[in-house]
Amino acid sequence: MRIYAYLVAVFVLLVGAFGIVRSRNLIHAVVCLSVSQAGTYILLLAIGYQKNATPPVFGSPPPKPTKSITDPLVQAMTLTDIVVSATVTALLLAIAVQVSKRHGTVDPNELAALRG
Amino acid sequence: MSRNARLAMFGLAGAGAAVMFVVAVIAMPHFGATHHPYRDAALPAAVRHATANVVSSVNFDLRAFDTLGEETILLASVIGVAVLLRPAEDETERQPLGRGRTLELTRLMGYVFLPVTVMIGFITVAHGALTPGGGFQGGVVLGTGIHLLYVAGSYRALERVRPERALEGGEALGAGAFACFGVAGAFAAAAFLGNLLPLGTFGDLFSSGSVLLLSTAVGVEVASGVIVLLAQFLRQALQVREETQE
Amino acid sequence: MTALIAVALSLVALGAVVVVMTDDPARQAVTLSVFGLLMAALFLTLSAPDVALSQIGVGTAIVPLMVMLAIRKIRSRR
Repeated sequence: MRIYAYLVAVFVLLVGAFGIVRSRNLIHAVVCLSVSQAGTYILLLAIGYQKNATPPVFGSPPPKPTKSITDPLVQAMTLTDIVVSATVTALLLAIAVQVSKRHGTVDPNELAALRG
Repeated sequence: MSRNARLAMFGLAGAGAAVMFVVAVIAMPHFGATHHPYRDAALPAAVRHATANVVSSVNFDLRAFDTLGEETILLASVIGVAVLLRPAEDETERQPLGRGRTLELTRLMGYVFLPVTVMIGFITVAHGALTPGGGFQGGVVLGTGIHLLYVAGSYRALERVRPERALEGGEALGAGAFACFGVAGAFAAAAFLGNLLPLGTFGDLFSSGSVLLLSTAVGVEVASGVIVLLAQFLRQALQVREETQE
Repeated sequence: MTALIAVALSLVALGAVVVVMTDDPARQAVTLSVFGLLMAALFLTLSAPDVALSQIGVGTAIVPLMVMLAIRKIRSRR
């Protein structure tokens, strides 16, 4: 169980990728991409976790030597990433809406404009 | 390539990737270990700058340049969505229908929770240096809180409360303010995004120097960006119609 | 690692499979919202309240709403 969290992160990443590959609808593919991104957040936070450690927020100045807290750097990276990748997901959804307007379909197998 | 061939190729590639990941993960420090060099470097620096929330200190003080990049991505994505979803020449915008059919209870909860959520959003942005929160989280709470009006059934009320031009300006203002605080910090503290305000005592509202300013700038930008994004999608889904469909 | 974290991780893995295997995008928006809530619970057990706050606002409210609006726009044209 020492590496269970990392394995779950890798599993979620690969499951999201599998969803994109087997998808028949561009919106479904965008949601699966969102799931894949969640896998990377789990990996980052699992790296920063310490057993029996408090969150990195203090009420009063901490005594020296400092108490054990979880790693604040990976948490900072993850929380900005969550908000920013939501807007990138919005961009992908807007592209899907425009594709459906121009080509009438959102099935990736039927979209032939990029072929040869 | 046919669908089955694609799935088979993914099966091979996925298996290879999984094996590589598992081999990499086995050699990592086990989950919950005590060796965190970044934590050991960031914590004393945050305490020196009198910031109670170390994550906000990392975002807006220790690694503020990274946050400048992230909010630029946000700005660019919102601009991209606004460009992609504007009505084309062969589309008209019609006025949306009246109040939708919602339960009375939904309407009541929407109206009761709207001021509470907006207030919580402002508090989260302002207390970014003290409690879990900050510009990003508070901006998201503010941006979604306003849409409780839409959930409570009235799209027209949402349109009145949400001035789109002002919010587009607000988003640019937030992004520009972040960069301007950075340049001002270069003059005041000899480093881009250096400290502008006095550090104060640990745990006060006006402590931790520039974190309050930068957090507010990011909060304004994220809230405006989220509202503008959702406004584009709502307008497309509810109002824009092709001319031939009338 | 505690049992709580193990349960949260397993629920997240299960939720990911459910989201990916839901074929109808309208239903996927709902399962994505629940998945976002499970992720926020996981982040709380991993002592990361800032990240959980971010995830609740974004993954539970904003992204499913945009997915539903995109689906409605696409379906109204067919």
